[in-house]
Amino acid sequence: MTYEAVIGLEVHVQVKTASKMFSRAASGYGFPPNTLTDPVVLALPGSLPVMNRAALDQVIKAGLMLGCEIAPLCRWDRKNYFYPDSPKNYQISQYDQPICKGGSVEIELPGPARNVMGEHKAIPITRIHLEEDVGKLNHHGSESLVDFNRAGTPLMEIVSEPALASADEAFAYLTALRTIIIYGGISDCDMEKGQLRCDANISIRPSGTAALGTKVELKNLNSISFVRDGIAHEIRRQMAVVQSGGTVVQETRDYDGQTGASQSLRTKEEAHDYRYFPDPDLMPVRVGEDWKARLRAGCPELPFDRQRRFLESYKVPYTVTSVLIPDLALCDFFEEAARLGGRAQAAANWIVNDLLRELRAARICLGESRIRPAHVAELVGLVESGAISGQAAKEVFAGMFGTGEMPASVVARLGLGTGPDPAELERWCREAIAANPKSAADFRGGKDSALNAFKGQVMRAAKGKADPRQVDSTLRRLLAESPV
Amino acid sequence: MASEIFHQPLARLAAMLGAGELSSVELMQAVADRCRDVEPRVQAFNSRDEAGALAQAAESDRRRSRGAALGPLDGIPIGIKDVIAVAGQPLTASSRMLEHYVSPYDATVIRKLKEAGAICWGRLNLDEFAMGSSTENSAFKTTSNPWDLSRVPGGSSGGSAAAVAAGEAVAALGSDTGGSIRQPSALCNVVGLKPTYGLVSRYGLIAFASSLDQIGPFARTVEDAAILLGTIAGHDPLDSTSFQAEIPDYRGELSRRKGPWKLGIAREYFAEGLDPEVGSAVQAAIDHYRRLGCEIREISLPHTKYAVGAYYIIATAECSSNLARYDGVRYGHRSAAAGDTVDLYFKTRAEGFGPEVKRRVILGTYVLSSGYHDAYYLRAQKVRTLIRRDFLEAYRDVDAILTPTAPTPAFKKGEKSADPLAMYLNDIYTIGVNLAGLPGISVPCGFTRSGLPMGLQLIGQPFREAELLAIARAYEAGHDWSGRHPSP
Repeated sequence: MTYEAVIGLEVHVQVKTASKMFSRAASGYGFPPNTLTDPVVLALPGSLPVMNRAALDQVIKAGLMLGCEIAPLCRWDRKNYFYPDSPKNYQISQYDQPICKGGSVEIELPGPARNVMGEHKAIPITRIHLEEDVGKLNHHGSESLVDFNRAGTPLMEIVSEPALASADEAFAYLTALRTIIIYGGISDCDMEKGQLRCDANISIRPSGTAALGTKVELKNLNSISFVRDGIAHEIRRQMAVVQSGGTVVQETRDYDGQTGASQSLRTKEEAHDYRYFPDPDLMPVRVGEDWKARLRAGCPELPFDRQRRFLESYKVPYTVTSVLIPDLALCDFFEEAARLGGRAQAAANWIVNDLLRELRAARICLGESRIRPAHVAELVGLVESGAISGQAAKEVFAGMFGTGEMPASVVARLGLGTGPDPAELERWCREAIAANPKSAADFRGGKDSALNAFKGQVMRAAKGKADPRQVDSTLRRLLAESPV
Repeated sequence: MASEIFHQPLARLAAMLGAGELSSVELMQAVADRCRDVEPRVQAFNSRDEAGALAQAAESDRRRSRGAALGPLDGIPIGIKDVIAVAGQPLTASSRMLEHYVSPYDATVIRKLKEAGAICWGRLNLDEFAMGSSTENSAFKTTSNPWDLSRVPGGSSGGSAAAVAAGEAVAALGSDTGGSIRQPSALCNVVGLKPTYGLVSRYGLIAFASSLDQIGPFARTVEDAAILLGTIAGHDPLDSTSFQAEIPDYRGELSRRKGPWKLGIAREYFAEGLDPEVGSAVQAAIDHYRRLGCEIREISLPHTKYAVGAYYIIATAECSSNLARYDGVRYGHRSAAAGDTVDLYFKTRAEGFGPEVKRRVILGTYVLSSGYHDAYYLRAQKVRTLIRRDFLEAYRDVDAILTPTAPTPAFKKGEKSADPLAMYLNDIYTIGVNLAGLPGISVPCGFTRSGLPMGLQLIGQPFREAELLAIARAYEAGHDWSGRHPSP
């Protein structure tokens, strides 16, 4: 019997806001321990939570981008459990009435080759809800220290349907979701900073059957490739259990990305009773149509929609779009360069090949680049008009990368232009034709290669600074119009 | 004895301060001296800072001499129930759990009192975490009723009521979750007001049951209560359950609203368990209103009999969650004997909480548990809705509802402490008001033959405190119960 995997992902994303979910304390990463706190964050006696509307804005925006249904009332529940990183020993969350329901994430599966677009499919999501993050425990020998800087950070949980069939699909889902969230400005999704975290529910079943098998929850998948590796490992583990005659046990397992192994954390019997109930400290918040309309107006174009537009409107090759699309700033950079004139494909090539290479070499990000879209657009224009050669353009690029000097100015300063003005070029061409009447006759007789004799002389006269294409076209024109 | 400074109503003291007949330092000193005299017997305070209070009094006098007095509360010592946060002062909730805890911040009501120039005078005893009706659940002491030291002052805000009655504070703040302001007021012959849920910010009030808790004043007269309410009421951005309401001039409204009113009498509140002397005192109050031209109507609050049951499910459910933060990790008591984390929780909470708190945390944990949640918590919430509907239905016909505050006068210490259920029934007339979120006031309405005070409860419509205070004032104006003082 063959088996197939069924995977659902629970993705936690820290929502980007100035202050915390229920207090005025600042949100942030990398600050000295316990400095981003206040009476509410520390759950001091008498403190009360007050909802941060900016965080709700962000989650509704995420929901709108993913096509979710937005609940008319945002309600808050308490999830009760004791843990030292949880200051109140309950977490304010949303239980049976999440703010967003339904919706889907469009994913792209790996294509048959790197330069061929893969299959697209929509992975349905169950819900998105908003809650607060917990603090961090740091263990030092026999002691544990708690840092509450992270506690109370707005955290949204995006739960997919059990609709992913492989580790590759899970990887594609997470990649696509991450890009959408970054596009929306909802989070930076930096997994190293814990801004995006993922748990996977994995089960297997006989191929083609409908009933779900016993699921195992895999935790601590703290990089996108660990998600893929961890899931692949868990699927193999479950297949091995079943094929050796065993049964999969419902449990939570911890995956170690370094060693590639997993171990059981707890079984179903040890599951918590969270004793959810509506948080009496927080009133439900009405989410009206005008509120949603305002947020909808601020939703950006989705990544795959943008990619399709790049392919169709700009005729940019798929491989180039697949470099551009995951990087919102790079996409904006490209579109600005294209808007300023010149061939969009050429601009895209400069950006994806030369600019990215130089940025990497200089170890700086796009925001720090001295080359702006206007530089690229002007450079493309110079090449296109024949004012500089492709070879010279590379030099111009290198010249402006360090300084931010405009391309035309670099061309003038370094004397990289295709040389003399057209009148002078024409005079050299006439001289060359006059000096080689035999070659002229050969050419007119149909021997195309005879042209090379003139070219050599013209290039010598131009000291190599003539654009070969321009020399070629000028010679042909003169030979055609004046049969000497 | 009525001439003693420490027994004077707040409004009169404010007038004297304003007229230069009295300085705040003299007032503060008189109150502090009175405390030194009676506190060994009354035991209303958990702690107090006399030097700090006198320094604030001197500051108030300087303000007044500059012509910069802040209003009627400037320089007046107000006692604070030890469950409301005052920056730099202990905040114990009368619990071993917070015995050495000092609040780093002010509750919103405290900030408002300070802005009005009031002196936050001492930390007043209560039943641990405001759970109880006698202060016998305090981990530190049982406060005595100043009218009979062998009896309880009521609770949970027993310290607040006793201090105001005994002349140890001019007025006080307490909190009321099921009657914790009104019942001790009735038992100690003072005025106690529980405002509409949402009128006064809860920020800085140690939560017992968040959906029921309200802070309110203890005072010697209805006018004093109106002054305090006007100071502490109003929307607070730090409490999302606080209401965006216009705050009227409660004190000014007292003289503008003259009735006559239509008052409701609920037959369910005059049933079994009501002390006959309390019953006749309330009947006399009804007769008084009738003489004033008020129409008395019989109304029905049919779901009253379910109130205590629903209350002890909702209140304990919320308390089980609200008190989870006392775990020994960040502040408060931490067991010295703890091994691992779970052991730390068990031992810290076993040592830090008293028996009544444990009982309610366990009960609340149970009613929220998977499999029981719907049968208990959800059902109690439905009952709560019905109880609120009963009241709102009644208010189609009447302006306010008149009931006894407590079924009996002050009981003996120890009399009910072994029987939690008997103790719970002491709140039978007050609990419905919290479940319905309504304002309720207790005003003194006479003394038993043995000299124990009794209270009349008036229940008003949501956010209509001005009307409620005026109705209470109409009764008070015809009697002199507030002019009597105990000699503890």
